Amino acid sequence: MSRVTFTIDGKTATAEQGQTILKAAEAAGVYIPRLCACKDLVPHGSCRVCSVRVNGRIQAACVQIVTEGAIVENESDEIREYRRNIIDMLFVEGNHFCMFCEKSGHCELQALAYRFGIAAPRYRYLYPKREIDLSHPDVYLDHNRCILCGRCVRASQDLDHKNVFQFVERGCRKRLQVDGEALAATDLRVTDEAVASCPVGALMRKRVGYAVPVGRRPYDEIPIGKDIESPGEE
Amino acid sequence: MKQATAKVTGEICRKFGNDRTRMMDIVLEVQARFGCVSPDAMEEIARALGTHRVEVESVVTFYAFLSVKPQGRVVIRLCSDIVDWMKGYEEVAVAMAKELGVTMGETTADGAITLTRTPCIGMSDQAPAALIDDVVVTHLTPDRARQLVRDLRRHLDPHQLVTMVGDGNNAHPLVRSMVRNNIRHRGAVLFADFVPGSGLRRALELGPEGVIREMKESRLRGRGGAGFPAGMKWEMARNAPGERRYILCNADEGEPGTFKDRVLLTERTDLLLEGMAIAGYAAGNATGIIYLRGEYRYLLPFLTNAIEQRRERGLLGRNLLGRKDFNFDVRIQLGAGAYICGEETALISSCEGLRGDPRNRPPFPPQHGYLGCPTIVNNVETFCCASRILVEGAPWFAAMGSSRTTGTKVLSISGDCRKPGVYEVPFGITARELIEMAEADNAGSMLIGGPCRRMIGPERFEGRICYDDLATGGAIMIFNRARNKLEIAEHYLDFFIEESCGHCTPCRVGLILLKKAVHKVVAGAGEPSDLAGMRDLSNFIIRTSRCGLGQAAPNPVLGALENFGDLYSGLVTERKPGLLPEFDLSKAVVDAELRAGRQSKYV
Ligand SMILES: Cc1cc2nc3c(=O)[nH]c(=O)nc-3n(C[C@H](O)[C@H](O)[C@H](O)COP(=O)(O)O)c2cc1C
Ligand code: SF4
Ligand code: SF4
Ligand code: FES
Repeated sequence: MSRVTFTIDGKTATAEQGQTILKAAEAAGVYIPRLCACKDLVPHGSCRVCSVRVNGRIQAACVQIVTEGAIVENESDEIREYRRNIIDMLFVEGNHFCMFCEKSGHCELQALAYRFGIAAPRYRYLYPKREIDLSHPDVYLDHNRCILCGRCVRASQDLDHKNVFQFVERGCRKRLQVDGEALAATDLRVTDEAVASCPVGALMRKRVGYAVPVGRRPYDEIPIGKDIESPGEE
Repeated sequence: MKQATAKVTGEICRKFGNDRTRMMDIVLEVQARFGCVSPDAMEEIARALGTHRVEVESVVTFYAFLSVKPQGRVVIRLCSDIVDWMKGYEEVAVAMAKELGVTMGETTADGAITLTRTPCIGMSDQAPAALIDDVVVTHLTPDRARQLVRDLRRHLDPHQLVTMVGDGNNAHPLVRSMVRNNIRHRGAVLFADFVPGSGLRRALELGPEGVIREMKESRLRGRGGAGFPAGMKWEMARNAPGERRYILCNADEGEPGTFKDRVLLTERTDLLLEGMAIAGYAAGNATGIIYLRGEYRYLLPFLTNAIEQRRERGLLGRNLLGRKDFNFDVRIQLGAGAYICGEETALISSCEGLRGDPRNRPPFPPQHGYLGCPTIVNNVETFCCASRILVEGAPWFAAMGSSRTTGTKVLSISGDCRKPGVYEVPFGITARELIEMAEADNAGSMLIGGPCRRMIGPERFEGRICYDDLATGGAIMIFNRARNKLEIAEHYLDFFIEESCGHCTPCRVGLILLKKAVHKVVAGAGEPSDLAGMRDLSNFIIRTSRCGLGQAAPNPVLGALENFGDLYSGLVTERKPGLLPEFDLSKAVVDAELRAGRQSKYV
């Protein structure tokens, strides 16, 4: 298979034909922040955290295919600013109280905020009123923390071969919906890939929230993306 | 009741072959039959189509004309575009609500009539207008609105409300609508005489490659707004690998202030259907679909009949013009109230029976479109132009217009002018000339291309309508000097918020934050830094959103900031640091007070 050559932040790298910019960068040891993209899932291109500048245009790296000679900017002030904006927006759109959240330290949104040095969002909170679905014996769904990344939707369909989740409504009313009156009425199992796929504290396993103590969780010490930037240096 | 719903719903599904991709037709018919698509109906549809209820719900909740909860037997949708406001929307709305005894969004107690509002329905030249089910009523006044409600209460049959029919085919027995064409200026391309079959005959002489060559030489660019060269698009689709190809006509016409496609659909039906057949011939082994916006449902029987007639005359269907193995047929896909479905990849999603979510590009439709097949999506007017280019030849077409934008353009002119309507003019005409043609005496600003472009003031009126200067899909809105430009900007920002599909964070959340920022400034609580913040936020949304909606949505605000900046800067003042002037303590504690059951004391 022929390879294509591209540069990212001035560094030259090669990629497989047809590879996304995000994957190609990863193979070259460059971490591009992401939320809705997840290993083994078809990319979604919705959170826009992976925005990079490609040959002058802003593109979502998780869906954009790398082309021969492409010049990719990943670490400019402009791109950092855009990403910070998006992270801020996801925080204010929902109700994220990290200090009370079981996911704290495992959460990719929180970890990105740390990586970007965000102490508090620059926008005012929108404080939406959202539901919590506790009906299922082993799993709960807290819409307050859902960032509409669609990872559970795709994982349920493509990995679990079910169809437990889908988005309903549009625009700012868009929300996640389950296939039935509540989670308990669906065929979701706690072992489903969908449950494991959630990057935040929205889709959660019950009764294991504090199995790993706070302070010893993955992102408490090692910034998100470090595994890509310096592999083997755990 | 539950069983009856299931039985009828099951029949409707069978009528469409229990085909998952015909979901739109199915849910539209269920909605028409029951006034909603209830959870039971969704369950039944999912069962019949072999999918899940949540998938059906995902579609039903996306479109404004579909609902899970029951609506009245008749639904009145008042058009609430800014032009309708300028022509008296508010008085009409108040009169109607009062006569019905409901507020906006409610249904009368007897379940008979629902009153709601909807963005531009393509009648800006005869505003204020409304849709009553699929019947269009125009030029409303409070008196007429009250009378309509009284009549409707008697018979609950919107069709009986039509007492005077409009001109041209609006009077056709299959249309019978009070809509008027208001064709003010006929140009050489779209409104000239045309013999059905003449373009297609020429196409068969040239052969598919010859047609594409002709199209490229004409330098026809797409008339929907983006201006992509049509010949190039056709060629890409022809050369893309695949067995079947699709020709999609974009008749979604959702851009506020645009109504020229409505007139072309009504009066130039043959020109359109012939253009689609020519594209089908050029692409090879193709099928056509017209995506007709739900607002234009009143044209459906007429268009269906026009298709039928062309089949009878050998201009559609099998062996067109007697040519063996040249088959091309067209079906109509009805939309259901979603502006985003005019975006070509969202339109494809909708045709496939899905939510109208745009798709990630690449791949582009000519490579991978409807059902994964190479697909040409063109605007109504683009196909109409193609028919005429085939008849008259590329040089004839290329000689019209300006140097880089050939041909003529059909414009929809509305707003503060004495002659609103449809004008076919050569490209290169100036905004000033349009103002004069439409007899707008006191024009202070214009939207050339509707709200997705930035508003211009008199200093830009010498600009030319073409893709290198003042680009437009056809909407020209004129505002007199007295109009409140900031109000117009806010109005259209609300429009984009309502119509966003909600996929991208910048578009879904960013637009809400932008609205809050604008609101703060307009309320007099803003600081100079807020204006810079609005500009940064706008540019961020434009650059990081996936599709043309997010990439255009901040334009109303940016246009006001850039071209009428003093309007905003006059509203802001420097304040002491640490103060949040938009914070209202008494409002912030309302919830807590309610819960506590007492009033709080604070100074
Ligand atoms: C939000 C949005 C709405 C659109 N609405 C329409 C529309 O109503 N009609 C149309 O022809 N094109 C519309 N377009 C443009 C289409 O995406 C596409 O460019 C066009 O249909 C291609 O046809 P053309 O090349 O003949 O113009 C819209 C684009 C966007 C981003
Ligand atoms: S529940 Fe989690 S995985 Fe699913 S959409 Fe919400 S944030 Fe994403
Ligand atoms: S820009 Fe807006 S409308 Fe377009 S895909 Fe993104 S969220 Fe949807
Ligand atoms: S990771 Fe690319 S858009 Fe979310």
